[in-house]
Amino acid sequence: MDVTSILKPFWLPELASEHGAQVDHMNGFVHWFMAILFVGWSVFLVYTFWRFNAKRNPKADYHGVRGHATTHIEIGVCIVEAVLLVGFAFPLWARQADGYPTGPDVVKMRAVGEQFLWNFHYAGNDGVLGRVDPRLIGPNNPIGRDMADPNGKDDFLVAATMKLPNNRPVIVDVGSKDVIHNLALVPMRAAQDATPGIKSHMWFKPVKEGTWDIICGQLCGSGHSQMKATLEVVSEADFDKWFKAQSDNALKANTTVAAH
Amino acid sequence: MSAAATTHDDHHAHGGDHAHDHHEPSFLYKYIFSTDHKVIGVQYGIAGLLFLLFGFFLMMVMRWTIAYPGQPMPGLELVASLFGEWGTYQLEKWAPGGVVSPDLYNMFGAMHGTIMVFMGIVPLGFAAFGNFVMPLQIGAIDMAFPKLNAWSFWLFFIGGAMMMLSFFLPTGAAQTGWTNYSPLATTTHYIVKNTFMTGQTWWLLAMVFVISSSLLGSVNFITTLINLRAKGLTFMRLPFFCWAMLVTSFLLLLAFPPLEVAAILQVVDRVFGSSVFLPTGLVAGTNHFDISGGGNPLLYQHLFWFLAHPEVYVLILPAFAIISDIIPVNARRPLWGHKLMIYAALTLGFLSFIVWAHHMYLTGMGTMMSTYFQITTVMISVPSVILLTCLMISLWGGSIRFNSQMLFASAFLPMFGIGGLTGLPLAFAFIDLHLHDTYYVIGHFHYVVAPGTIFALFAGVYHWFPKITGRYMNDTLGKLHFWPSLIFMNVIFGPMLFQGIAGFHRRWYDGGAMAFKNTTQDYLWSNELISFGAWGLALAQIFFIVNVWISIKGGKKITSDNPWDATTLEWATPTPPPHGNFTFEPVVYRGPYEYNPPGTGREFIPSWEEPAGTPAPAPTEAKSHH
Repeated sequence: MDVTSILKPFWLPELASEHGAQVDHMNGFVHWFMAILFVGWSVFLVYTFWRFNAKRNPKADYHGVRGHATTHIEIGVCIVEAVLLVGFAFPLWARQADGYPTGPDVVKMRAVGEQFLWNFHYAGNDGVLGRVDPRLIGPNNPIGRDMADPNGKDDFLVAATMKLPNNRPVIVDVGSKDVIHNLALVPMRAAQDATPGIKSHMWFKPVKEGTWDIICGQLCGSGHSQMKATLEVVSEADFDKWFKAQSDNALKANTTVAAH
Repeated sequence: MSAAATTHDDHHAHGGDHAHDHHEPSFLYKYIFSTDHKVIGVQYGIAGLLFLLFGFFLMMVMRWTIAYPGQPMPGLELVASLFGEWGTYQLEKWAPGGVVSPDLYNMFGAMHGTIMVFMGIVPLGFAAFGNFVMPLQIGAIDMAFPKLNAWSFWLFFIGGAMMMLSFFLPTGAAQTGWTNYSPLATTTHYIVKNTFMTGQTWWLLAMVFVISSSLLGSVNFITTLINLRAKGLTFMRLPFFCWAMLVTSFLLLLAFPPLEVAAILQVVDRVFGSSVFLPTGLVAGTNHFDISGGGNPLLYQHLFWFLAHPEVYVLILPAFAIISDIIPVNARRPLWGHKLMIYAALTLGFLSFIVWAHHMYLTGMGTMMSTYFQITTVMISVPSVILLTCLMISLWGGSIRFNSQMLFASAFLPMFGIGGLTGLPLAFAFIDLHLHDTYYVIGHFHYVVAPGTIFALFAGVYHWFPKITGRYMNDTLGKLHFWPSLIFMNVIFGPMLFQGIAGFHRRWYDGGAMAFKNTTQDYLWSNELISFGAWGLALAQIFFIVNVWISIKGGKKITSDNPWDATTLEWATPTPPPHGNFTFEPVVYRGPYEYNPPGTGREFIPSWEEPAGTPAPAPTEAKSHH
């Protein structure tokens, strides 16, 4: 049986990432556990309210429940929680926090939040992100890219749209210029705070093509609820074509500027 | 200790005439600047209830714009017109044409959280019930430091007044969430003529007053509970109510100072240009902030949550305290596992200090930190489940009277249960990748605090009202209050859990109807449903307000000082208890929950009743002199 089935009636949204299946699986497992406890409590309470109503039971019993049933239930709860921790929570989080993907097919990018926009900085054909420095931010340089850095020459910047290839892992450096934002990608079951002054990262692997909302998950001011960006997962071929064109253009533009 | 003992003796000697020991204070000192714990308790109670109502009004405005973004809110223009030209000006500024602006939504959102938590529930649960009931329950004549107690209330009053007045500042009140995270909180209304006269700064200064008030209160509670217990009232005979208050006091004492420090440092950042919580290189658009930088926004979050997680238990433990009194009285049998509950509460109190960073899983936490905080967070569920289980099991074998307070206490159990259970998935960092800052979180903690704690507070009002006023509250109105409240609470907070899983995030003034339609469009109707639930809940509260109001002067008079046939000491006093409380020196002879003890043939034995063999002075018949 699919453990996540319990979440379906709870409006579980579309899933589009590899690790997301495990998020849903664990979440489903926890919700089954919760449901069993809640049903158990409810049955106990309804029966107790009915059976021990003063009308039905005019004289109360000083001792009430005897025996060890409650102790056993409590121990059972502890065991399930221990299993959740050791079997699910630790290894899954460790994989997400420490097991960053490596290799040539990894897409490396940077997401920089500002009031009320997401900037997406791609590493370009060389696969290395150029240096950024907030001191360089200006009218023509929204995230402070260092144009003198050779690694940055073929980088390119896209506002409000995060285009990704299907079936390739992506590492996103998440940062912010002004206040704390949160890059929340609901169908990817991924989210990461973008805190100014703090270097943070996230990774995931899309497994489905589609277009979804990117939500800012942390109150960032009056435009918070309109801080929209779009997540677009396309086929690898389409992505490569687009990516190469963008990077080539950037390289050409930046080299021309340098030649002057 | 000796001072207290002397006072007791003094009262004992004078017997029933003790009220005449004190010269009659003027009205001002009797009811306003009183040092009597009962008057202060009632002051906290009235203030807390009014703040709860006000916080609820703010939320209803928010619920309008969530359900109907961009549409003028009915009645808003009428309210503004009551304030004349000034009102019209403010309306155009914050809600042009009656349409709630995002800034107004953020302001009301921040103040809803702040007011409900710091001005409503803590003052009501801990300060009001704690102040009124606890000294009576331990047989004390007052708190250990009555003047400090009055100071505590008046500092709270100043803090509360500043919060309210901050709405009238040119910038309006604070707009950056009840968490007030830097850098947003620091840089909002930063470039203004006078940073002192901004809602953000006033919020921080008001918090300093409120926290100072809590500190004075907690010191007072701890001293009183340890030193002023009646003869025979050993720690293991102490009702769980008092134990819960003792643990709560320690939480207030140890957890609040870090936020006080954080608030002061944030004021310094705002007003004097330091950068404790501000990193190097902050940029608004393309404007570089002229600050020194080098600070860390995460430091603020750690300080805030180091307070705010124990704070959750400051909200919950007084609720458990109240329920643990009401269930034995109305089930007519002892609290099940009194000792176990005491140990559970102590464990809960200790653990509550080492779970705080589970609010910060998505800040970029590594494996080590997250493992530590996941372990402690899951561990804290164990004492919580023990407390809830003990309360439920206490009902088994009872002879349950379903009066208004018992209905609220009964509903507390499954409602708090939902709140606790929905905390479980959130305890795991991996699941938070999906649920962090969604409505699932909102649903979770509101189940804990609204149909959880607030139901317990209502139960407490119905239960102790006769001791405060000498009159019952109306039970029919109580039931009319209870049933719709229970239904609407679930109409409000149930769908929020669904919304959260669907990806609805918190703090959207339009409920996600505009920018995030791809995520929300299938379920936008639930925003309307929840809002109607909120308005329904408001209507249900009319029964409560009317009930309190008419019962003060017109409620049925009690015929006994112990109208619920209870066993704890607060029912041994005259009604209402006079200054000095007891007409005899209370001595405790047994545990606090002797209902239907076997072999005695008695339905209940008050804890202060002398054991058979000695002629009992029948203290329950002592009447008030008023």
